[in-house]
Amino acid sequence: MIADKNKLIHTFGALAELSQEVTGRTSFPETMRTSLHLISGSLGIMRGGVAKYSRFARELNLVAARGLGDEFPLAMSLSDEDERQFLSSGLYPIEISHARVLPYIQIYGASFDKRKIELLVPLIVQEEMVGAMFLGEKASGETYSSYDKEVICAMGRHIGVAISQRNLMEELERRADENRKLYEELHTTYTDTVKAFAAAIDCKDKYTEGHSVRVGKYSEIIASELGWSESEIEGAAVAGYLHDVGKLTVDRRIINAPYRINAKESAELNRHPGVGYEILMPIRHPFTDVPLAAKYHHERIDGRGYPDGLYDKDIPYIAKIVNLADSFDAMTTDRPYKRRRGASDVISDLTSNSGTQFAPELVSAFLKGMFRELTCDAKDKRFRRLLGREYMEADGIIPAVQNALNGAAPAPITLAAVDASLS
Amino acid sequence: MPDLELGGPMAQPESSAVVSAGDYLNKLTGERVERECRDRLNSGCRNLVLDFGETEIVNSVGVSILLGVIDSAKGSGATVTLTGVNAPTIELFEMLGVTKHVDIT
Repeated sequence: MIADKNKLIHTFGALAELSQEVTGRTSFPETMRTSLHLISGSLGIMRGGVAKYSRFARELNLVAARGLGDEFPLAMSLSDEDERQFLSSGLYPIEISHARVLPYIQIYGASFDKRKIELLVPLIVQEEMVGAMFLGEKASGETYSSYDKEVICAMGRHIGVAISQRNLMEELERRADENRKLYEELHTTYTDTVKAFAAAIDCKDKYTEGHSVRVGKYSEIIASELGWSESEIEGAAVAGYLHDVGKLTVDRRIINAPYRINAKESAELNRHPGVGYEILMPIRHPFTDVPLAAKYHHERIDGRGYPDGLYDKDIPYIAKIVNLADSFDAMTTDRPYKRRRGASDVISDLTSNSGTQFAPELVSAFLKGMFRELTCDAKDKRFRRLLGREYMEADGIIPAVQNALNGAAPAPITLAAVDASLS
Repeated sequence: MPDLELGGPMAQPESSAVVSAGDYLNKLTGERVERECRDRLNSGCRNLVLDFGETEIVNSVGVSILLGVIDSAKGSGATVTLTGVNAPTIELFEMLGVTKHVDIT
């Protein structure tokens, strides 16, 4: 009677520890090792193992073992018949000596006999097999009693739940990984589409081939100089790539006119920001301001721009960035009616229009980026790639940028200030 | 009597070694005991003495680890002796059949 009471107390303690173990934060292999120790220690079992079942591979894979030796199979295949039999057995232990007819036991029986494995316990959770336990002889030399088997069932239920939770986690991780890959693919598709659009826009204008791509790159430089996040910088680049999408609807002869266009043609051309906005608005861009950049990239902070003549704080910040990038590219590339201007001249133009056409802090950020590339050993020669080596090595470019920066010296821009200007 | 205490020099092959089971033989202590016993057996020890003099409680993990040590010792042709085991622990070991595999002094 006292022995039975002690046995119960000992088993109860092991069960309590097992519940704690499977709901704790230890790693899965550690949980399995401890669970095996608890079941062995509660009944005095000399050796054993726990295997996780892979339904896909129809395989039991050993996840914890005690005293099974190096020759015990790490992975064991199951047949349909084995699985059916194990499922019908539920959690109740199968005595290996009574199950010799099962294909599984016929294949692996020798390994079990060698390590004196007496019981096979299928681990079933919600009518699905999630694993199995192999239990060796008892230290007492006695056969397993019905009490022992009940204890094994109770403990097996806990261990099965732990394996099932692990399976769920693996499934979640797999799905999260798939979603991540899908998102990356979609993102690549979006970026490629944006670039294809930029190329299509640029095809309309033989003199400004590559303009949209360059405006995208300059916008990217400005955003990165402002200390924006990776995603925000990408958004600025996309806004630059697509800022002229409205030009797709403008007559090619107007875009390519080798002369200064007249008022009527100018009115036609000046429709492109609004048209661009209409084109881009229905698209669900990952970056919110892309349509606004197209619509307002010809606005000036002194209110003399178009289409709406907005003033400084009313102009979306992204549109100010694209405006600077667009103007810089217009000045530094050959046009039908005008050749590209020299670097010092362009820098002087940016400075003199800072505060009227351009936001001063953007001119400063842009020139800082250029100055860093000119004077430091910057790995990424962004300006040189866009403007050419000769242009960037022109005499007087460094002092010109330096003077412009000394003269401008605006207050450093912060993202908080950007938000304030947008609100 | 053991001729080498725990933590003693390992350069010479040991015929006998004493490993302390600590005050509470559980997962934490058990892993240390298991490691020390394995080292002793690997270095040639043929009579492993587990000192339970300070051990008040042994839980299920502790029993399992002890059975593992006994199994390893058997595989190496070594004997296991338990010393200083208190009455409740002896009762537990008898109930689980541990005493059939060890000498208790």
